[in-house]
Amino acid sequence: MGGNDKILLAHGGGGRLTQQLIDEYIVPAFSNASLNDLGDAASLDLSSNKICFTTDSYVVKPLFFAGADIGKLAVCGTVNDLAVSGAKPFAISMGLIIEEGLELAAFKTIIESAATAARAAGVFIAAGDTKVVEHGSADKLFINTSGIGTRIPGLDVGFSRIAQGDVILINGSIGDHGMAILAGREGLRFESNIQSDCAPLNGIIQTLYEDDCLRPAIKFMRDATRGGVAAVLNEIARSADVSIEIEETKLPINPAVLAAAEMLGFDLLNVANEGKFIAIVQKEFAQKALEIMRSHPLGKDAAIIGQVGPQGDETIVELATAIGGRRIIQMPYGRELPRIC
Amino acid sequence: MLQRIWKAHNLMDLACKDLPCSLNIMEVCGTHTVSIFRNGIRPTLPANLRLLSGPGCPVCVTDQGYIENVLTLAGRDDIIIATYGDMIRVPSKNGSLEKRADNQNVKIVLSSMEALDIAKQNPSKTVVFVAVGFETTTPATAIAVRYAAAENIKNFCILSAHKTVVPAMEALLSSEKAKIDAFICPGHVSVIIGSDAYNPIVTKYKKPCVVAGFEPMQIIEGIAQICSQVAAHAPKVESMYHAVVTPQGNVKAKAIIDEMFEPADGVWRGIGVIKNSALVLRDKFSEFDAAKRFGLSDGHPEDMPGCHCGEVLCGLIDPPQCKLFATTCNPDNPIGPCMVSSEGACSAWFKYGRRKKRENKQ
Repeated sequence: MGGNDKILLAHGGGGRLTQQLIDEYIVPAFSNASLNDLGDAASLDLSSNKICFTTDSYVVKPLFFAGADIGKLAVCGTVNDLAVSGAKPFAISMGLIIEEGLELAAFKTIIESAATAARAAGVFIAAGDTKVVEHGSADKLFINTSGIGTRIPGLDVGFSRIAQGDVILINGSIGDHGMAILAGREGLRFESNIQSDCAPLNGIIQTLYEDDCLRPAIKFMRDATRGGVAAVLNEIARSADVSIEIEETKLPINPAVLAAAEMLGFDLLNVANEGKFIAIVQKEFAQKALEIMRSHPLGKDAAIIGQVGPQGDETIVELATAIGGRRIIQMPYGRELPRIC
Repeated sequence: MLQRIWKAHNLMDLACKDLPCSLNIMEVCGTHTVSIFRNGIRPTLPANLRLLSGPGCPVCVTDQGYIENVLTLAGRDDIIIATYGDMIRVPSKNGSLEKRADNQNVKIVLSSMEALDIAKQNPSKTVVFVAVGFETTTPATAIAVRYAAAENIKNFCILSAHKTVVPAMEALLSSEKAKIDAFICPGHVSVIIGSDAYNPIVTKYKKPCVVAGFEPMQIIEGIAQICSQVAAHAPKVESMYHAVVTPQGNVKAKAIIDEMFEPADGVWRGIGVIKNSALVLRDKFSEFDAAKRFGLSDGHPEDMPGCHCGEVLCGLIDPPQCKLFATTCNPDNPIGPCMVSSEGACSAWFKYGRRKKRENKQ
């Protein structure tokens, strides 16, 4: 790398340094037949022409936080968007926008972390792009990933299937990612062992739809990222025109995360997750779904947290509180926690 | 826990069942307001027991004149404004710190010492710390000023809007506009000032004063305790927050407040001037007083048109009675400070209160 230990503008200039960056850092980490060709487009052989396609950009600050980093996040986030949409993730693309001055060692760690996450999720990085911008034009590193996957036959998820009496499940504790990011931010001087829950969810979701009885009973899935569980439930209530009730005492919560949230004045229902999804399941199959979730490492704290109320009445999300009261869960304003993913 | 809840509700029912009118309990502190809403406590109370949100949210009670002064200072190139987060969104006729086109010189801090660090890192600018809060945040401001004085950090000063809680409670009782029968006294403030500080309210006005923590159970038991006092016609000061609140409070914190600050008449949104309710730096430290350093006047401009935050803060109306509530005034576009602050009554009603379907679908 010419003795430099930082990304230079020339690394994005399309010349020798760009080639070095790709050859020495990117290709070895992501190595696969499609990427190694370094063509202008990847050719993919999909098993079905019923596909899901998604894209997301990652601007998390800081780049490294307890439990994950931007590389892992960029892979898991897109894998999860495909998985909750009822698709089997197949391949993803990765666009890197790097601010000049980023340390190459950090870059290497992030790329390797993305590669490890991709292997864990069973996807490959089929295409990529690298750009370097002047100091101040970006903040260290932004990543865009797009993902493609094939639809799972017989798995039909969507707002229109949600009906009164359906049961709402989550695969584990809420708010871990958002609070881990906060703990890692400069200026917030508190130490904790809070870890981001960033993880690929396609594995646990597969265990649910592989059960032939359960598959038709899964009506809706959504990963509870920005805006947390509150945002997902409000979106469901609004889009499916139903009311929703959840129970405070049923919400899986990590005590350290709760303590940090209370200290900083956050409502964990509004705090982001990167390894949690809400599943809405037909009532008769809820217990089975819960058992299957709990048997997977990413679902050991899974819980039934509530149920879907009547349609067309009040499209509100309500919380039955621990002390026997009730309150509304609103769509979060969205300003509280910038750049968490 | 269920047994404790059942017992508390029994005490409430006993006290309220024979009352000829409603029992109005004011929770002074904004954190209590939020906890009450977050835990859905209101719907569980007897029908004739009313909770009133009080003037205990520091952002909310800060008057418009102070906001204008901060905005004036923020317009200067040689000044950096260091402020706690909520303050940047408080609107005025001249915008807010957040909405100014060029707000690069506005820094959000989590502590007064962070503001002091910014001063050290920017020797060519003057850092003005927006010193807002009750007795809970005042000691931290006092320490920053004491440190600045000891280290001779001349480019640091504070614009004090620090206030004391008890004079406001007395002002509300003596104005007789709001019918207040008892107070749930603030938890954090009481840690500093001690529960004895409320003795004058019991002696002079015969109103129960119960200090509560912020856990829902502590609040419910605090309300139950007030009900017992009302039923027995025996108002007194009680603390349900034994773990951290003592009768005399935090003696060290009180001493540093006293060392650096002196009482002065203060302007409160919605209430007006309350005698000896504000804290200003003592003359000895006046070089760190931004109001004196920059010759700021103590004007009292009017609140935003149509905004009823003042009445909300005095317990005269509930937020939904304000015509702007959840229409033009909402967390995305707050008109008054009670919608801005996370501890504001309007924000709590908006976030957790049930509204009509039309409003939910906005």
